[in-house]
Amino acid sequence: MIGPSFVPAPVARLPWRMLILVIAIASFGLVILYSAAGGSVRPWALSQGIRFVVFLSGALLIARIPEDVWRQAALPGYVLIVALLFAVELLGAVRGGSQRWLDLGFIRLQPSEVMKPAIVLACARFYELLPPNETRRFGAIWPAALLIALPAGLVMLQPDLGTALMITSGGLTVMFLAGVPLRLFVGGALALAVAAPLAVNFLLHDYQRNRVLIFMDPESDPLGTGYHISQSKIAIGSGGMTGKGFLHGTQSHLDYLPEGHTDFVFATMAEEWGVLGGLFIIVAYLMVIRWGINVGLQAQSRFAKLAAAGLATTIFFYVAINLAMVMGLAPVVGIPLPLVSFGGSAQMTVFVCLGILMSIDRSNRVEKSW
Amino acid sequence: MNRPPRIATEAQQGYTFSRRAWLLGAAQIGVGTVLAGRMGWLAIAENERYNLLSESNRVNMTLIPPRRGWLVDRHGNPIADNRTDFRVDLIPDRVVDEERTLAALRQLLALTEEDLLRIRADLKHAAGFQPVKVAENVGWERFAAVQVRQPELPGVAPTRGFARNYPAGAAVAHLTGYVGSATAEQYKQTKNPLFVTPGFKLGKDGLEKTLEDELRGKPGAKRIEVTARGKLVAELATRVDVPGKTQRLTIDAGLQEYAARRLGTNSGSAVVLDCLTGEMLCMVSMPAYDPNSFSDGISQLEWKMLSADDHVPLMNKVTQGLYPPGSTVKPMNGLALLEAGVSPDERVFCGGALRVGSGVFHCHKRRGHGAIDLRGAIAQSCDIYFYEMIRRLGYDRVAPVARAVGLGEKYDLPLAAQRYGTVPDSAWKERKYKTKWTVADSLNSSIGQGYVLANPMQLAVMAMRIASGRMLQPSLLMDKVARNAPALPFSAENLRVVREGMWKVVNGGGTGGASRLHIPGVELAAKTGTAQVRRITMAERRSGVLSNAQLPFKLRDHALFVCFAPVENPRYAASIVLEHNGHTVRNLDTPLIGRDIMTYLFDKERALKSLAEVEPTWGGDIRTRMAAQEAAYRATTTAAAAAQAVATETDAPAPTRARAVEQATDASNAAQEATVSDIGNGVGPASVGTTEPSEPQ
Repeated sequence: MIGPSFVPAPVARLPWRMLILVIAIASFGLVILYSAAGGSVRPWALSQGIRFVVFLSGALLIARIPEDVWRQAALPGYVLIVALLFAVELLGAVRGGSQRWLDLGFIRLQPSEVMKPAIVLACARFYELLPPNETRRFGAIWPAALLIALPAGLVMLQPDLGTALMITSGGLTVMFLAGVPLRLFVGGALALAVAAPLAVNFLLHDYQRNRVLIFMDPESDPLGTGYHISQSKIAIGSGGMTGKGFLHGTQSHLDYLPEGHTDFVFATMAEEWGVLGGLFIIVAYLMVIRWGINVGLQAQSRFAKLAAAGLATTIFFYVAINLAMVMGLAPVVGIPLPLVSFGGSAQMTVFVCLGILMSIDRSNRVEKSW
Repeated sequence: MNRPPRIATEAQQGYTFSRRAWLLGAAQIGVGTVLAGRMGWLAIAENERYNLLSESNRVNMTLIPPRRGWLVDRHGNPIADNRTDFRVDLIPDRVVDEERTLAALRQLLALTEEDLLRIRADLKHAAGFQPVKVAENVGWERFAAVQVRQPELPGVAPTRGFARNYPAGAAVAHLTGYVGSATAEQYKQTKNPLFVTPGFKLGKDGLEKTLEDELRGKPGAKRIEVTARGKLVAELATRVDVPGKTQRLTIDAGLQEYAARRLGTNSGSAVVLDCLTGEMLCMVSMPAYDPNSFSDGISQLEWKMLSADDHVPLMNKVTQGLYPPGSTVKPMNGLALLEAGVSPDERVFCGGALRVGSGVFHCHKRRGHGAIDLRGAIAQSCDIYFYEMIRRLGYDRVAPVARAVGLGEKYDLPLAAQRYGTVPDSAWKERKYKTKWTVADSLNSSIGQGYVLANPMQLAVMAMRIASGRMLQPSLLMDKVARNAPALPFSAENLRVVREGMWKVVNGGGTGGASRLHIPGVELAAKTGTAQVRRITMAERRSGVLSNAQLPFKLRDHALFVCFAPVENPRYAASIVLEHNGHTVRNLDTPLIGRDIMTYLFDKERALKSLAEVEPTWGGDIRTRMAAQEAAYRATTTAAAAAQAVATETDAPAPTRARAVEQATDASNAAQEATVSDIGNGVGPASVGTTEPSEPQ
């Protein structure tokens, strides 16, 4: 994608198609937050907009870092973040019942959030280092499994089921892409399908079981835990094809929809913009993710291939889990919709992913142009 | 691929990666499609359902209880209407600090300790959404005071609505019944949100209950847009209520109240029917509860007082009270004899007693009536005449006539609880007791004792049918009056003879001379009756039967009276039944009460004057006496008992279904059994004969 000659080459070489999609999604997000605040840029849209500009700039800076730096930093970085997770466990701040934050005085760090891209890089690096003929042996599996299980376990202790799930998914995705025998995944999926109902019936506490049952039928307990899902479905369902119109959502404006600006922002959007708005977000994200996978397919090094496809899939997991949750297809696990939900962590993670993807993309082109 | 190829496995690895990356991309698109499909399902296929849910979230509909249809009398005067009511409720869910709220309300509304006990009990039982009544019929100033302080007292709901009002109070209690809040069960069964709307009341007893569907109307609705926290955003359109339909009764409100007052301190009932149409002009059962206070919800103390009263104020005696009709069945017996071919002029010698088998059966007149014919036997209420004639004929020939004039019949009336008694015959006894009908049974039945049981309504119908000669059906609703009743299957001549006998009761030196009307051109025909309710032992019989005045209330005889007027062209028929009256006080006995009630129909002024003279002798009008009774009861009940006795307005049973009523019924059944058991010994009530209210004049 080479633009007119007056555009400087580094700018022209940026992946504009992806960037425009990302800017479109984020701008739409600002419009939704403006409505969620009852037609006001405060308290959410304005700060979210500023943050977006900052993070986007940060991503463009990250894109300048050569691919090899990521390669070299992958495992040391992983070790550092695991150490931080231990630190969180020992002296982290407890907020809303779980211990996720590390307060360093000048900055609040959430190491589990950084672990999402870090696990992808670490696994990608591991499989790059692994001799190809080892790929289908047991030695290709247990170190990766350990790499994943350690942070996932630490995050589960916080407890933060959603993030643990994402870390595990990200790692497994890289294992899958690296060529670990398919039957392990099929077998694992089957084992999970069998174990889940058994776990629900025999291992879980009553309240945990109730939560699962409520997820299956939220209307059975409309004012309890199922309230979020019920209200979210009502918001989405009542939006219809084209929605109730900008600023005319009743579920969000009359506070029936909880977390209408964070985890359930998609429902706020769907109520006012209908299926059309929803399709826009889904399609735009799929295109961004497809771009990321294509970056992986075009990458030369094994690390770059695995990292790019893995990072793209991490973004995919964000979106898919969040949408499944707000539409009542998954339990409420507290995964925000990146770029749209108010809040910095997820947005930052996604821009880190995009930054690394752009960096890989850049080295692809550089290699190609040789 | 411009690099030199690596080892084969590495190329394979790259191939595997590409394949799996494509697979991953395809899976992601698949998941995206599923999510888009799910969204389409929610927002398009299920759109209508979720729209509705969203609307019901957004719009908070407060129902406005419909104004209840009036009950009016035949002239359009209200028997039950609605008055403006300021009320204060508590919504349990929204109450923050119960103690503080109750303390404030207590001070604002001047609540008594008893009120607070009831409110606390109701709060404990109430489902969170169901409002609990704090006070009804609140004065405007107190109401305004509560409204001013409402913001600081969450859960307190002052509302302006309508409350049921019964101008005649207790006089109409058993006719109208009363209204009250729906019970938790009723709400659970119907899930009708109206049932938990503050101020909504439904019929609990009497006509209010049976005519509920017509009287209820359709609720209005106030629609407001609210936030999830219940904060009002905007008021939307309000739908007005559709009031229930006014129901016009055949009752004459004036007569109803007059009869209720005229019954005085009696535990009794009076029914007046129109002989042309069967319309019920009054249906009184006294004493009674005040439906106004019942509709407001009563305390356990009041309930206890009503339950403990031996005059059974909770029972609608007109339809629930069953009594041996005593001598009031003699005209009907006479009719049966005539229909069987007995000549009205045939005489029977009454020597005061009749020996049948091993038993001796007495007449109420120990010296005997001498030779007496049918008309005379009715007029003098001679027992021996009927013993002898029915002994010859057999009671099986009498029973069909009894049924034809309305005994044992259940009428099509909008009254929930009707008990319809017994007209015995040999087949019935065979069925019920597996024993043969005896002569003693016939003799006891011939004086309306033994197995014969009837309610006061049936006695009035009997009088009406004999008076009119038509199979009239009693009716209570103006639009349900049955016209064109067929004639009774009896000869007009025979009916005339019986009516002459009844005329002689009052005007021919009979037992009811006291009830003669002092109205020119209007003569009353009647029949008096007494029903024995206790077993008289052989020992007592030997030493002399105790007089009623010597007996406790529950053992005294019932006094009964049926009548119609004017004799030539009967217009009104009535029955008066006084439980355990015992004919002890002349002014409170059947003949004079009957006379005054019938007088009211022809000369209101005279009737009212007569009442004004006698009413002070028994302690004044109904309200005065009820207030005095309650004060006396309160005085005897300690405060501690009152504290225990907390009732809620919803869990009290309907009066006609109250335990006290059941117990009274059981007691009267036991009395019946006691007298009947003597029949087995060949004696029974007939062996002492009937007792009559007054000596022939």
